[in-house]
Amino acid sequence: MWLNQSCLEGEIEMWLTQSCLKIDTASVLEEDCSLSESFLKRTATDEQCIEMYKHMVQGRIFDGIALKFQRQGKIKTYPPIRGQEAAQVGSAYALTSNDWIYPSYRDIAASFVHGMPIDKFFCYTMGKMAGQHLIDLSIFPIQIVIGAQFLHAVGGAWASKYKGEDSVSVAYMGDGGTSEGDFHEALNFAGVYKLPVVFFIQNNQWAISNPIHKQTASQTIAQKALAYGITGIRVDGNDVLAVYEATKLAIEKAKNGEPVLIEAVTFRQGPHTTADDPTKYRDQAEVEQWLTNDPIERMKKFIVSTGLWDERQEEELLKECEEIVLKAYEKALTIEKTTIPKVLRATYETMPQNLVRQMQQRGGV
Amino acid sequence: MEMTIVQAINTCLIQAMENDETILCLGEDIGKNGGVFRVTDGLLDRFGEKRVVDTPIAESAIIGAAVGLATRGLKPIAEIQFLGFIYEAMDQMVGQAARLRSRTESTVTVPLVVRAPYGGGIHAPELHSDSLEALFLHSPGLKVVMPSTPSDAKGLLAAAIKDPDPVLFLEPLKLYRTIKEEVQEEYYELPIGKAAIVQEGEHVTIVTYGPCVVTVKQAVAQLQEQGVSVEIIDLRTIAPIDYETIIQSVDKTGRLVVVHEAAKTGGVGAEIAAIIAENCMYAMHAPILRVTGYDTPFPVSSIEAEWMPTVARVVSAVQNVMKE
Repeated sequence: MWLNQSCLEGEIEMWLTQSCLKIDTASVLEEDCSLSESFLKRTATDEQCIEMYKHMVQGRIFDGIALKFQRQGKIKTYPPIRGQEAAQVGSAYALTSNDWIYPSYRDIAASFVHGMPIDKFFCYTMGKMAGQHLIDLSIFPIQIVIGAQFLHAVGGAWASKYKGEDSVSVAYMGDGGTSEGDFHEALNFAGVYKLPVVFFIQNNQWAISNPIHKQTASQTIAQKALAYGITGIRVDGNDVLAVYEATKLAIEKAKNGEPVLIEAVTFRQGPHTTADDPTKYRDQAEVEQWLTNDPIERMKKFIVSTGLWDERQEEELLKECEEIVLKAYEKALTIEKTTIPKVLRATYETMPQNLVRQMQQRGGV
Repeated sequence: MEMTIVQAINTCLIQAMENDETILCLGEDIGKNGGVFRVTDGLLDRFGEKRVVDTPIAESAIIGAAVGLATRGLKPIAEIQFLGFIYEAMDQMVGQAARLRSRTESTVTVPLVVRAPYGGGIHAPELHSDSLEALFLHSPGLKVVMPSTPSDAKGLLAAAIKDPDPVLFLEPLKLYRTIKEEVQEEYYELPIGKAAIVQEGEHVTIVTYGPCVVTVKQAVAQLQEQGVSVEIIDLRTIAPIDYETIIQSVDKTGRLVVVHEAAKTGGVGAEIAAIIAENCMYAMHAPILRVTGYDTPFPVSSIEAEWMPTVARVVSAVQNVMKE
């Protein structure tokens, strides 16, 4: 179940290696989409299942349109989320508005679930400042530097604890980020100070062109929790219910001063961003294999088989999602881009002498 | 009350923390040990472990977590044990703390103070004596404060704590205990970004800051005997730089020597020289000279005294500009 240091008790004869660990990947939905017998139990209500499904579909429709818009030059570089909808939606859906998320650039569906309007992300990809006006939504500015946000989440969780707030900070990252020093420093601090923080890793198998086995020699990412005295769990990241239930339990633990590292095993179906071509560095066979385990198809099968969903509803949903995205794009178009004087004014609270002079010298240019 | 720089900073921290419960200090060995230079001595007993936090040895996490704290309503004062170790935290300092206001159009601000001792002169091991301020001068979004006296240290630290933007507060470790002066006991602030005219003069302006202020004062005492009237400007803050005070002074004297301990190329002196070239060219009687550390890493302790700007080098530079 949970990976913690007690997993190692009594097992070690001499050398401590990862073969001492037996790590399962927890799921709620079996491959045939029946409920599994794992320790994670479905607590999500029917309504919640439908809502999560809708969020996933919204994420995918957004993703498709964003890709198309990038090709058409309407938006700039875009990092696709296709394949990771369950991991992002299931985790963010387990949070309340008291909780904070610290997303990377790819955690778009998670941010939508936590309240980011879609037009904000269009603004972000169009180079408009409104794309980073997220703090009132308890969403930390989208992080570009790999791993840096993990330390901000640690600081945020620390602030919650300091002030006695009922709030958990959830940091998002991919498998590649776990090689960064900031990842390790963050887990270490969280363990030492027992902070209300959840580290959510989407192990999507690829960090741009580098596969997971070249990223780490660990057999799992979840086991890295043990090195820092915190709790880990490995979940099926293409099973939205497993991700939701695991995150919900992790939040409870974090609130009790037990930070958790979640590894959601998933797959990046598309390129890293619109600037690379994955056929250059990975086998199509691997992609095909993962496509048979698509997170949206899987959840759809479950809700259809349980009578919660039908094709008519599906059609309506697709139409509705597309309309929402197009409307959001229209809204983003109306938002003004910033100006150099505004940028000069927003570097410090009060403009220092050098910037005042640069503003004056600029004149009307 | 007479205080050293260490006592002035310690007193300021205590007074600030007594007045504001959102302030907390974090860093390596700052608790029971009171910091390796004892700057935070007594804080743990007074404010407890919640507000005076010993951290694991992880500079990036100290600053990164402090960014997280600062953006959620607290006022962290982080200590980096020696400035030479801040390379470990460069992204969190420059890529994160400095940029958050700009990249969010001031919707996220980082009211953070990072304190760090710097400079040579105490025969410390490698990487303990570096003066890296120029790296941060070139990092928009940061303020860099470098006091040279106990009263400036106390007033400027108070201002740094109040500042809504991230401030790197650099403490000249050589001067920690070597200067003692009368310091106002009550809490007060001195403006960040305002240089001090330490001594007025007519013939040549020396712009300096930090530990070199002491070296320059000694050189100027010798130069006065030779009939040279020197105006000494202590920058106190290198980001932002106080253009007005420097320009006014050089317009008057027509001669400029910049003195700092950090390496020469791309340093604060280069920036000051450029400011003067842009603004005072026609007032100049002589080329601008720089007296600095060499363009090498800070050397081993047995030769550090020769590497750092000496009184003789400052005197010689001033004599050279006076020939013109």
